Amino acid sequence: MTAPALDRTLDEAALQARFDATIAAGHRIEPRDWMPEGYRKTLVRQIAQHAHSEIIGMQPEGDWLLAAPSLRRKAVLLAKVQDEAGHGLYLYSAAETLGADRADLTDKLIERRQKYSSIFNYPTLTYADVGVIGWLVDGAAICNQVPLCRSSYGPYARAMIRVCKEESFHQRQGYELLMTMMGGTPEQQAMVQDAVDRWWWPSLMMFGPPDDESPNSAQSMAWGIKRHSNDELRQRFVDMTVPQAAVLGVTLPDPELALDEATGRYRFGPIDWSELQRVISGQGPCNDERIARRRAARDDNAWVTEAATAYAEKHA
Amino acid sequence: MTELTAEGGHGAVPTGPEVPVADRPAVSRRDWPLYEVFVRGKRGLNHVHVGSLHAPDDEMAVHAARDVYTRRNEGVSIWVVQAADITASSPDEKDPMFAPSGDKVYRHPTFYEIPDDVPHI
Repeated sequence: MTAPALDRTLDEAALQARFDATIAAGHRIEPRDWMPEGYRKTLVRQIAQHAHSEIIGMQPEGDWLLAAPSLRRKAVLLAKVQDEAGHGLYLYSAAETLGADRADLTDKLIERRQKYSSIFNYPTLTYADVGVIGWLVDGAAICNQVPLCRSSYGPYARAMIRVCKEESFHQRQGYELLMTMMGGTPEQQAMVQDAVDRWWWPSLMMFGPPDDESPNSAQSMAWGIKRHSNDELRQRFVDMTVPQAAVLGVTLPDPELALDEATGRYRFGPIDWSELQRVISGQGPCNDERIARRRAARDDNAWVTEAATAYAEKHA
Repeated sequence: MTELTAEGGHGAVPTGPEVPVADRPAVSRRDWPLYEVFVRGKRGLNHVHVGSLHAPDDEMAVHAARDVYTRRNEGVSIWVVQAADITASSPDEKDPMFAPSGDKVYRHPTFYEIPDDVPHI
């Protein structure tokens, strides 16, 4: 009676060995391959929060669609917000290859059992915020996302390639918007500086806590899900952004920001991690508003879903 | 500090074991059927799998695929098929299914030695 259990152990060891060999060879894991349960759960968590972030990320900028200053800006912003919806859908699609269910993930988001990026809990106070989100927030997202194109899980990596192609447009339209405003009136220039002052530190927080406070990073690295450490990516972002700020003519709000001649990299001041903790735990300026709107989108539009289903059943 | 990861795009989100991932029956009505989407990038190329989406019926699936997967001239033709209708080889069958072609090197042109001075072969 014990034989089947023994066989299962042997099988599992063989499957684990094959999985490890695939990862070690730098090959991709595909949906129907055997994978350790921890790998699957880690991926579902990560892909789901990523998808939620894209969907919630439509809101701060979407607030400006009806107030865009020109038809050109409106068309650009509409395309960008539509892209965010698309990115969310690519990612839910990748999560579903792991056995997750999109409707269930959405419910978990609305019940606040799964989270989205803290950055979207800040308000967009002026049109300059639209530009700064494109430049800094999408710039930081690109730093995070480019390495994910080589993630060990095939469907996730393929979704990220698609996302990264489109993200470049997001960053460039933001920077161009800011350049236009910096060429405008002193009031417009002040709006840009104010937006930079508000978004700079939250953008640095997007990379997560310092490496010595990320205990599970090592496992994700070993699995090829994560490719670079939080601090490494944060430093890369700062080094990329400082020269861009100089061209734009804005000041980044950090008196300690300085070039380290020896390394060629920029040193920056301490980050207030208590703020990140506050915002993530639900105390940010817009947490309630974001979730309430997502809930309303699900509930108020349920009749559309039901009508389309009824139509499909009638014509089946 | 709870476990946060920046990986996953816009970053700095709790991803520790306290975040639930197991399926439960959704509060909202269950989703529409899952469709797999294939796009022909341009004339002369095959349709290639690009991802999936949910739609109530075939026609809506084509419309949704257009919006989700071809916003930038990525395609000139779209196929959709319900995921449930696809029959696939099993990854567990990998060895018995594909191994026989491994030892049939004579199916490749390089198996045959032809003198260098024979033209056009």
